[in-house]
Amino acid sequence: MSLLSVENLTLQFNTDEGLITAVDDVSFTLERGEVMGLVGESGSGKSVTAKALMMLNASNAVYGGDSRITLHLDDGDVDVLALRRARDMRVVRGGAVSMIFQEPMASFAPALTIGSQMVEQLQVHTDLSKAQARELSVEMLNRVGISDASTRFNQYAFELSGGMRQRAMIAMALSTKPRLLIADEPTTALDVTIQAQVIQLMQELVKDFGMGIIFITHDLGVVAQTADKVSVMYLGRMVETGPVREVLRNPAHPYTQGLLDALPKLDDLDAPLKPVPGDIPSPLERPSGCVFHTRCDRALFDICTATVPDWSRAGRAHRVACHLNTGDYCA
Amino acid sequence: MSPISQTLISTRDLQVGFPIRKGPFQKDILKAVDGISIDIPRGAFFGVVGESGSGKTTLGRALLQAVPVTGGSATYDDGAQRFDLGTLSGAALKDYRRRAQLIFQDPYAALSPRMTVRDIIAEPLEVMGLTKTREETDARVREVAATCRLNLEHLRRFPHAFSGGQRQRISIARALVCGPRFVVADEAVAALDVSIQADILNLLKSLQRELGITFLFISHDLSVVAHTCDHVAVMYLGRIVESAPTRALFHAPRHPYTQALFSAIPSLDPDDRGRAQVLKGEIPSPTNQPSGCTFHPRCAFASDLCKRAAPEAEKDASGHMVSCHHWQDLMRTPAEASTAAPAQ
Ligand SMILES: Nc1ncnc2c1ncn2[C@@H]1O[C@H](COP(=O)(O)OP(=O)(O)OP(=O)(O)O)[C@@H](O)[C@H]1O
Ligand SMILES: Nc1ncnc2c1ncn2[C@@H]1O[C@H](COP(=O)(O)OP(=O)(O)O)[C@@H](O)[C@H]1O
Ligand code: SF4
Ligand code: SF4
Ligand SMILES: [Mg+2]
Ligand SMILES: [Mg+2]
Repeated sequence: MSLLSVENLTLQFNTDEGLITAVDDVSFTLERGEVMGLVGESGSGKSVTAKALMMLNASNAVYGGDSRITLHLDDGDVDVLALRRARDMRVVRGGAVSMIFQEPMASFAPALTIGSQMVEQLQVHTDLSKAQARELSVEMLNRVGISDASTRFNQYAFELSGGMRQRAMIAMALSTKPRLLIADEPTTALDVTIQAQVIQLMQELVKDFGMGIIFITHDLGVVAQTADKVSVMYLGRMVETGPVREVLRNPAHPYTQGLLDALPKLDDLDAPLKPVPGDIPSPLERPSGCVFHTRCDRALFDICTATVPDWSRAGRAHRVACHLNTGDYCA
Repeated sequence: MSPISQTLISTRDLQVGFPIRKGPFQKDILKAVDGISIDIPRGAFFGVVGESGSGKTTLGRALLQAVPVTGGSATYDDGAQRFDLGTLSGAALKDYRRRAQLIFQDPYAALSPRMTVRDIIAEPLEVMGLTKTREETDARVREVAATCRLNLEHLRRFPHAFSGGQRQRISIARALVCGPRFVVADEAVAALDVSIQADILNLLKSLQRELGITFLFISHDLSVVAHTCDHVAVMYLGRIVESAPTRALFHAPRHPYTQALFSAIPSLDPDDRGRAQVLKGEIPSPTNQPSGCTFHPRCAFASDLCKRAAPEAEKDASGHMVSCHHWQDLMRTPAEASTAAPAQ
C-alpha cells in the first residue's frame, strides 16, 4: 500500500477580497522510499499542499468536502484532515512526518541551543532517555556532515552559517526517523555549491533511511537530480505527473514544455531565451476552463476556455491534463 | 579611437573595507572588495558571479558611489564625461547619479505601494530636476514605459496590482528614465519565476543593443550569465579569480573554483546523478581570510605553494585572466595532469 494518498484536495482561503482557491482538486500518491518532486511557479499552491499534509495551514483555510489525505503507517491509517486535537497532531508533526523549510531559522527557536531542541523533539516522539536522545542527536549532526558535532550541539542557530543551518535542520527532521519527509524549497536560498552538498546528502539519506519524500522546488534541475517522479502544478491545479525521465524528456503539457524551453541551457549558448508568454494571473481571477489557457499558445478556442481538461495517459505512468493529448499512447 | 578610451569603467586595485567591531575595544576592517582591476568596455554586458558574500554587491555599489572606496582607483568615461569615482561630490556626483543607475533584486520591496506607477517612474526626473514641465515629464515617462513594454493604462495603477515580471519592468523603467549610460543589475531576475525570467533578460539585452547602455550584471546563476553576458568575472572573497569572454569561460574554465561552480549546476538529465564534483566546505568570512590562495582550504588541487603564496593574475591576449598557481597543469588532459598533479 502507498505511504500517502491525497484525494481531491481542494483548499480555499477566506480573505477580505473573497475566497482564494489555492489548491483545486489535486490527487496523488507516494510510495515508501519514493521521492516526488513538486514543481510550479510561485503561487501555484506547492507550499499550501505540503502544509495540508501536516494540517499546518492558517486558520482561514477551508478544505473542500471531498478532500482526503490518508497516511498509511505501520500501526494503522491516519485520516489527516480529521485530526483536531493537539495530541493526535503529534503523531504527524515531527513524528511520522517531518518538514524542512527554505528558511532554516523558521525551524529553530532562537533562544534555545540546537541540541536542546533536537533532544526535546526526540523525547516527545520516542521512548529514548535524555542521554540516548543526546547521543542520537550528535550522531545525526555528524551524519549530515557537520564537523565537530558535539560543539555545534551546544550552539544557537544564528551562530551557524546558512549551509550548516540547513544541515542541522535536516538532522533534526530525520532524527525521529519519519516515514514521510516534506522538503519545501530546501535549497532555494543556498548557493549552487552548497545546494550540491545538500542534494548529495539527501540522496544518501534516502538510501539509508528509505523514507518517502516530497521535494518542493521550482528548479527542474534539482528535480532531475533528486526525484523519482515529478508533478507539475499551475495555479492550484496539477497539470502533469509521471516518472522524472519521461516528464523531463517528453513533457506533454504545454506549461511543462514552456518551463523547460524558458531555462537557459549551458550546452547551447546561442539558443534564444523563450519566456512563457504573458503573466501569471492573480488567484482572484482564475481563468475558466484550463487554468493555463491565458498563456498557452496552443489553446483550442472554445474547449480550452470552457472545459477543465481531464487526465489522460501520455506514457505508462505518465499523465497529463490537457485537451491536446488524445490519450492514444502506445505502450 | 584608442581602445583605452572605449572603456566605460576601469578599476585598478579597487578596495572597499567596512569598519567592524571585533570585541569591546577591538576594531577591524572587513575587506569586502580586495584589489579588483577590471575594464568594462562601453556597451558591454559584463557579468559578475560568485557565492554569497563574495563581494559582488559591494563591487556594484562602489561603482555607483554608494559605498566609500577605501583604496585603489575607479574611473568612469562615457565619452562625454569622465569621473574619478571615490572622490565625487556636489554637482559632479549629481551628474554621475544621472549616468549610473541600479536595478534591484526584489521587485516587491523596491516599489513604494502608495505611489502610482507613473509617479514611481517619474520620481528620479523630479528629484534631479531633469524636466521643466509636467508635460515634459509625462512625455518622458510614456517613452520609457513603452521601451519597457508597459501598457500606458498601467501608469495610473498602483504597483500591488502587478505580477513580479511587470513590477520588475516598472523598476527597470524607473532606472532608465534619466537616461543612464551605465546600469548595475544586482540579481535582477533572481526573484522571478523561470517562465518570466527570460522576458526580463530579453528586455535588458534589447536595452544594451538599442540604447547602447553598459551593464554590470550581478548574478549567482551561471546559466543566466552564460546566456546574457559578453564577458564574465568570477569573484571569491573580494577578488576576481577568473575573468574571460563568456564563451572561453564556459568552454574551458581555468580556475578550480570556476570549474567547481559549473559542476554544481544541477543537470536536467536524471542520468547525471552523482556526477557533480561537490565542492567541500563554505566560503569563509572576509575577516578570517586563509593564507596564500584564499581558495586553498576548499581546493582539491592545493599544494604547499598555494598555502604560502597568493597567485598572481595571468592574462592572455584574448583577455582571459586567471589567478591560480597550477591552472596550466590542470588544463592538460587528465592523463597528463595526473602525472603532474601537485603534492597534497
Ligand atoms: N555595510 C557593511 N558592513 C560590514 N560588512 C559588510 C557591509 N556590506 C557588506 N559587507 C560584507 O561584505 C562581504 C561581501 O558582501 P556582498 O553583499 O558584496 O556580497 P555578495 O557577493 O553580493 O553576496 P550575495 O550573493 O549574498 O548578495 C560580506 O562578508 C558582507 O557581510
Ligand atoms: N493564509 C493564506 N491566506 C490567503 N491566501 C493564502 C494563504 N496562504 C497561501 N495563500 C495563497 O495560496 C496560493 C498558493 O500559495 P503557495 O502554496 O504558498 O504557493 P507556492 O507554490 O509558491 O508554494 C497563493 O495564491 C497564496 O497567495
Ligand atoms: S488544455 Fe488547452 S489551454 Fe490548457 S494546456 Fe492544453 S492546449 Fe493549452
Ligand atoms: S592557487 Fe592552488 S589552491 Fe588556489 S585555486 Fe589554484 S591550485 Fe587551488
Ligand atoms: Mg512556496
Ligand atoms: Mg549581493
